[in-house]
Amino acid sequence: MSSKKDSELPVQPKTGFSRRGFMRGVGIGSGALGTGLLETEAVAAPPATVGPGAVPISLNINGKPVNLTVEPRVTLIDALRNYLDITGAKRVCDRATCGACTVIMNGKTVYSCTVLAIDAQGKNIETIEGLATGSNLHPVSKAFWDNDAQQCGYCTPGFVMACKGFIDEHPNPTEEEVKHGLGGNLCRCGTYMGIRKAVIQAAKEMKGASKNG
Amino acid sequence: MANTPDYHWPPMDQRKVIGTSPKRLDGPVKSSGRAKYSSDLKVPGMLFGAYLYSPHAHAKVTSIDTSDAEKVPGVKSVYVAAPAGTEIQWEGWEVAAVAATTEEIAREATRKIKVNYDVLPHYVKDWDLANAGANAKQGLEKLVGDPDKALQEADAVSEGHYGIPVVYHCCLEPHGQIIQWQGDTANVWPSTQNVPGYAPDLAQRLQIPATNIKVKMDYIGGGFGSKFNPDAWAIVGANLSKNAGGRPVKLYLERDAELMIAGNRPSAYAKIKIGGKKDGTITVWQSESWGTGGVQSVNAPAQPYVYTNIPNIHQVHTNVAVNAGTQRAWRAPGNQQASYLTCCALDDFAHKVGMDPIEVFKINAQYAPSARVDTYRYQLDKAAELAEWKKLWKPRGQNGTGTMKRGLGVAFAAWGGAGHAGQCRTVINPDGSVSVEIGSQDLGTGTRTVITQVAAESLGLSMSQVKLVMGTSDLPPDGGSGGSSTVGAVATTTRKSSLNALAKLYDVVAPALGAQPEELEAVDGHIRVKGSPNKSLTWQAACRKLGTTKIAEMGENVPRQAQAEGLNTQGAAGVQIADVSVDIETGIVKVNRYVAVQDCGLVINPRLSESQVYGAVIMGIGTALYEERIMDAQTGKTLNPDMEFYKLAGIADIGNIVVHMDIRPENDKRGVIGLGEPPAIPICAAIGNAVTNAIGVRVPNIPMTPDHVLAALEGRNG
Amino acid sequence: MQSFEYANPTTVPDALGLLGTRWGQADVLAGGTDLISLMKEHLHEPKRVVNIKNIKELEGISKTADGLRIGALVTMDELAKNADVLAAYKSLADAAAGIPSPQIRHMGTVGGDLCQRPRCWYYRQGFGLLGMQDGKSLIPEGENKYHAIFGSGPAYFVSASSLGPALVSLNAKVKLVSAKGTREVAVAKFFVTPANDNAREIVLMPNEILTEIVIPTATVHTSTYEVRQKEALDWPLVAASVALTMNGNTVTAAKVVLGHVAPTPWEAAGAESAIKGKAITQDTAEAAGKAAVAGAKPLSQNAYKVNLAKVAVKRALLDAAKARKA
Repeated sequence: MSSKKDSELPVQPKTGFSRRGFMRGVGIGSGALGTGLLETEAVAAPPATVGPGAVPISLNINGKPVNLTVEPRVTLIDALRNYLDITGAKRVCDRATCGACTVIMNGKTVYSCTVLAIDAQGKNIETIEGLATGSNLHPVSKAFWDNDAQQCGYCTPGFVMACKGFIDEHPNPTEEEVKHGLGGNLCRCGTYMGIRKAVIQAAKEMKGASKNG
Repeated sequence: MANTPDYHWPPMDQRKVIGTSPKRLDGPVKSSGRAKYSSDLKVPGMLFGAYLYSPHAHAKVTSIDTSDAEKVPGVKSVYVAAPAGTEIQWEGWEVAAVAATTEEIAREATRKIKVNYDVLPHYVKDWDLANAGANAKQGLEKLVGDPDKALQEADAVSEGHYGIPVVYHCCLEPHGQIIQWQGDTANVWPSTQNVPGYAPDLAQRLQIPATNIKVKMDYIGGGFGSKFNPDAWAIVGANLSKNAGGRPVKLYLERDAELMIAGNRPSAYAKIKIGGKKDGTITVWQSESWGTGGVQSVNAPAQPYVYTNIPNIHQVHTNVAVNAGTQRAWRAPGNQQASYLTCCALDDFAHKVGMDPIEVFKINAQYAPSARVDTYRYQLDKAAELAEWKKLWKPRGQNGTGTMKRGLGVAFAAWGGAGHAGQCRTVINPDGSVSVEIGSQDLGTGTRTVITQVAAESLGLSMSQVKLVMGTSDLPPDGGSGGSSTVGAVATTTRKSSLNALAKLYDVVAPALGAQPEELEAVDGHIRVKGSPNKSLTWQAACRKLGTTKIAEMGENVPRQAQAEGLNTQGAAGVQIADVSVDIETGIVKVNRYVAVQDCGLVINPRLSESQVYGAVIMGIGTALYEERIMDAQTGKTLNPDMEFYKLAGIADIGNIVVHMDIRPENDKRGVIGLGEPPAIPICAAIGNAVTNAIGVRVPNIPMTPDHVLAALEGRNG
Repeated sequence: MQSFEYANPTTVPDALGLLGTRWGQADVLAGGTDLISLMKEHLHEPKRVVNIKNIKELEGISKTADGLRIGALVTMDELAKNADVLAAYKSLADAAAGIPSPQIRHMGTVGGDLCQRPRCWYYRQGFGLLGMQDGKSLIPEGENKYHAIFGSGPAYFVSASSLGPALVSLNAKVKLVSAKGTREVAVAKFFVTPANDNAREIVLMPNEILTEIVIPTATVHTSTYEVRQKEALDWPLVAASVALTMNGNTVTAAKVVLGHVAPTPWEAAGAESAIKGKAITQDTAEAAGKAAVAGAKPLSQNAYKVNLAKVAVKRALLDAAKARKA
């Protein structure tokens, strides 16, 4: 299999060499790596492309513009964590499954491990760092504390953002809605009982807050 | 000098902070995303590391060439972990690693390392004992009484086979660290369950003095028994750092490697026969079991579990070596397996003699260690009451005519949980400020909170007056957080160091109050004379008498003395009941209600103790219903080293959980007992028995997935 | 992830100009929920990524003279909540809403749902689309509990598409646009079983973009039933989408399409003829379920999926009939 390359396949799919599988057999001398994959046929002249090297981008994070220089392949979670030191969101599965990297983009919860940073330009990105006002915990964070909805806490920031996004869409959630509205996040310590209560509490408090405001 | 303080816990009715449920101290930083785990840190000059892992389950490295990787711009260091000649024993084995200015560059460079392998034969089928050949090696054999005779004489004999697969810890924060190695010094920011033991271990591996190693960790994103040592990963990281001129290197496992190589729970399979009397009394146990812990062998799960005094026992265990990552302690090592094999076999025996399993479990509780017999009987009744067992339980196969069948199942657990050896220092400053200094770690269990509660209780202060300092290697050493040994240890050492410090304060303050030191007490922020509450000084006024000299006193937990002191002990019991519904058309199992009754001696913080039980049960439900390592026998590869097909339970998958902490006075008086592990033990067994009760036939193998359930219903159990 | 150049066109012609003629030259990025992972695993290593999310004409759901047009960029969340979809094509909304993760529903697009690659773990581990090693498929003797129960090989993966079965049952078409023009392809023909490791599982060409889905107007009663073990994010074990034309209580025409049972959405012709001319009752639905799996050829570990397929068909039929009464 290691001899199959894109350039040998007219209008054909790429044969998979996965990240862990690419060295199958007795080595890589046959050129499954690096420049060996570059096709010989020129791609049509593009109207406008950037990269593959690092390019300057601007992100709107928690209401503030932030400039950074990253390669197009850098994901939003890696941009936040590795380039901007915004580390509330966590990289856990890194494959759009566990929800630890959840941020809110243009009002919708998304997995930041599966958004390219360059593609997040022009969008309102809310991370957990933007929730608190001064030293006051956001009602969702406070409800997590009040209901002991965290243990190791590594899934917590993603869960808090998922809950915030859920409550924004469901201001009066029932317990059933809570259970079914948070199916995109996983916890390993088993804090779900507390999270269920926290969401109900936070929804009530946020409703009260918006009435008062 | 005052007499040695009376360290005993205050009587239940006199406790002010212990036994109350303050919210966890690390709640605000964690729920606001401000908690900095070591994997969140960015140290000045830090490089990003990435691994190259073996794609083969068994192979010999014949050559490795890193020259192309070294030429990649931004690469600062390359380290070969598996030089030519290394025999790779499992997929995911660390072959080499790169440190570079960005993570993207580091990852890309690993792909430019050329490795040649001689691929060797592999074996991965731990469940298939018949074909394991030389990979199977008999381990423990135990013989008590005359099992053959007892089987012949038994009124009834039940027989079954049962299996519980390898599962992963799946810590959300992967294993790894930031490490900086310069000359004979090293700084490490690891993710570890053992802050105090980390430097001594690393010192041996790097051959530098332990005094020159600084370790710091504030928060850890899950360990569950898999994160005690620096492991190969700290060594690889250290060498990358050294080769890069001493720049710090951040090196964590990626998710697939985290699952494949950073620990797992051994599997266990068994054929079991139980014989006994018509009245439900068991007289004989016979089991042939096998399982794998990877390439190395592991201890056999205890059989029979808890009911160890059955008069006739024959147990034979075989280890099956497989080419897969090595097992590590998994939240009560060996005990889920033991509980599953034993409680399922007991349940089948109850069915055989036509009895309610609760009754059979109660009758045979006579075989539990004598001190715990009454506790198990009490807990079986209590759990049955909370689960409405009498109303809801029906004999096997009598659970209605529709396609949804409801069933109940029971199982039990036992655990030690005594405090490990450790120390703590309490410092009282002349300005009245107090710090508790302890080289421990809070895994999210609430360690910070309970230490502060114990100090506040002991000093007559509020929790906000106590500053806790923990998480570095230069503090008085606590132990590693394993075996549910932390809470007993830190409660004891904090209690003793705080009372020792207080005794010193009494020495200084006594003359001013016109009393002897032993006549003083610390209550509500005052030092006062017992029986004369008007003769008192505020805490601040009392501390001012120290002049410019602070008090710093140690407290120690010595395990062999602990029981006599009465502060902590071992021996937790638990009984759990699962109430499930099974859709017999699809084989899908849903948990309706799950009851956990648990004792852990004196409970310092009921809220946090309940959270521990909820968490343990939820983790267990995931293992009972969904989780299993899936390996391909043809290629030796792990097929689900991800969180997509290695399936964890979500928030809607766990039913409603009812926790009852068994805090009766007879338990409280035993002192503090650890809780991290005991409630994580019986879940597979309780759910397995509940599913079996619901559908009328035994589903032998965990997890209770549709393929397993439907196969059992169709009699395809093989 | 291999580095790539990135383009962000705002029109379809610009986007088409950025695509290559061979796979591997360029990949189209929409929701990204599959492509980003494929790139991280080095299963796709495009030289260029063409982000089509800023092409306005690919958005939106609108009624047309012929039926309903759904832009390729419509998210699963938008689809599940759209009033026109809910009113006329419940099965489609069921399928979109069935994805348990709000994040995936927010990110994932209908075009991406149809174009995503299989989840087969042999494919994802680098053994190619057919899971081959040394010229032999690893799947029949391997770990195949999530694999196909229909078809005759050599592909054993299952189509991962959530919407495919419903769209096939609704006789929907997709528009595929290239620089040479537009072709309309029935969704039933869009998915194909690859004959070898170098073929693809959809007929889209590397220089084409799937721009929209068109569902013809029809008075049908529909439902999608997914057999899901978990309520958190997971793949269905089996799914069934049905579309029924009814005369009173009698089914006059039926489309029954299974998901996650074959390399393509799998039309269960046996079930269609079994239910035609009958009223839907527990018994007729059960019989249709049985008929649906008549030709199933399960592998060593997935006979249970045959049961699940039967049940999914039965429950989808009963739900469609119930929805009609409601």
